[in-house]
Amino acid sequence: MREDLTVAEAVALAHRQEWAFVLAATARVTRDLDLAEECVQDAYAKALTTWTETGVPARPGAWLTTTARNRAIDLIRREAFFRTALPLLADEETTSGPADGEDIADERLRLIFTCCHPALAPEAQVALTLRLVCGLTTAQIARAFLVTESTMAARITRAKKKIAVARIPYRIPDAEDLSDRIEMVLTVVDLLFTTGHVAPNGPDLMNTELISRAVDLARMLVELLPGDEEVAGLLALLLLTDARRAARLGSSGAAVLLPDQDRGLWDQAAIREGQSLVRRALRRRPPGQFAVRAAIAAVHSESPSWGATDWDEIVGLYDVLIARRPSPVAALNRAVASGFAGGPEAGLAALDRLATEPQLATYPYAAVARGEFLHRLGRREEARAAFEEALTFTENKAERDSLRQRLAELGEG
Amino acid sequence: MARYLLLIHDNEAYYDTAGADERQALDEGHEVFAREHKDIIVEGGHLQASTTATVVRQDGKGDFLLTDGPYAETKEALGGYYVIDVATLDQALAVAKRLPFFGEVGDAAVEVRPMH
Repeated sequence: MREDLTVAEAVALAHRQEWAFVLAATARVTRDLDLAEECVQDAYAKALTTWTETGVPARPGAWLTTTARNRAIDLIRREAFFRTALPLLADEETTSGPADGEDIADERLRLIFTCCHPALAPEAQVALTLRLVCGLTTAQIARAFLVTESTMAARITRAKKKIAVARIPYRIPDAEDLSDRIEMVLTVVDLLFTTGHVAPNGPDLMNTELISRAVDLARMLVELLPGDEEVAGLLALLLLTDARRAARLGSSGAAVLLPDQDRGLWDQAAIREGQSLVRRALRRRPPGQFAVRAAIAAVHSESPSWGATDWDEIVGLYDVLIARRPSPVAALNRAVASGFAGGPEAGLAALDRLATEPQLATYPYAAVARGEFLHRLGRREEARAAFEEALTFTENKAERDSLRQRLAELGEG
Repeated sequence: MARYLLLIHDNEAYYDTAGADERQALDEGHEVFAREHKDIIVEGGHLQASTTATVVRQDGKGDFLLTDGPYAETKEALGGYYVIDVATLDQALAVAKRLPFFGEVGDAAVEVRPMH
């Protein structure tokens, strides 16, 4: 523990870094997620006062775990006769009881795989991961997803009830299920990051809280599953994308798109780490979707300017991605890249081929891309119509400002 | 251990058009499934066609109203069920995936519900 930290900072750091482990280890004693959460919250509250008196312990995570577990044992003894229908965490090794010597990495993995179980609705997986693995409060999660606290509380309660009643197991999946289930976990983290990277609505372009939680989770997964190339690919993708954070907002608060970004503002340390992870991720044959998406971000990151981007390489990577995992958004991005590789006519033709794709009909970036190519061809009125169409599809203020700015430029020219 | 109800929703039209051989193959598939899982199957049943169902509900005036047909009219009708006894949802899902009509009957689905 760093000595220059105040107690409050040390508790906040332990909250970020140790919550998942403390909760997972406590849940092994309580067999009940709600009770475990209660005890872990108590332990963090107690840390604030105790550490002020005794100093920050050498291993804050161990201190918090012991405190939370003792509290749990105390409560279980005291309330044994009052607590009815304890929602048991289904675990085939129930009879062996909590194992103290067990690998601490496994404890956190169990918790993550439980939160991201495919029997839970995707939004419940995201909410539970933030709640149980990251320790965010229901109010914080509700704010991040712009729903009321009571809606979010109901969603989390329902998901926890399903874990208990349907007996979703609290364990790492068997080898045969593992790769599917890891992909599910990675998808949840990716969704968290994307939600933070471009907030779907509201005043800010980004929700930095969600971004850092997603990066923390990806780092945790790399630590827990060091041999998995897709996990490395996900962390690479998040680092390379987030490296552009400082360049994404102009002085007026409007979103600055990739072509116009000041690349001097990109975070070079994050880019170096991301690029080295991409190399590791691409070792898998065939490469997974996160490795390929990270490779695309890496091509942008090593290009000195928008004009110098290796578009043929990017088109080729999108082909690999679409072969692995077809999606309308990937097809759109490929169309845009092919426009930069082969000229605006080619880009428009590629976009036209996607015109009947229902998922893209109200997707603002499809209209933005069309506007961009029309603008390059000097078809100003059509470009204007495309940007106006894009405006009707986004509620994000920073994006709206950026689109209005482009419309104003079209008017002047 | 915990009990789960596996509700088999399948496409009745398949059985109407399937030949005797195909139906027999499916019956045999269920027999194999039942043998392989005899230690965990508590009970099971094969339902007659949904056209033979009758729904009983109250008419709001203190009497009962009977209507012809199943409660939920869907393309996939409830065709049968198993009650199994396993430890976790993952085990129940693994058993459900072993049901014989997968790969045979299009758009078949199994609802896995924990029981009290």
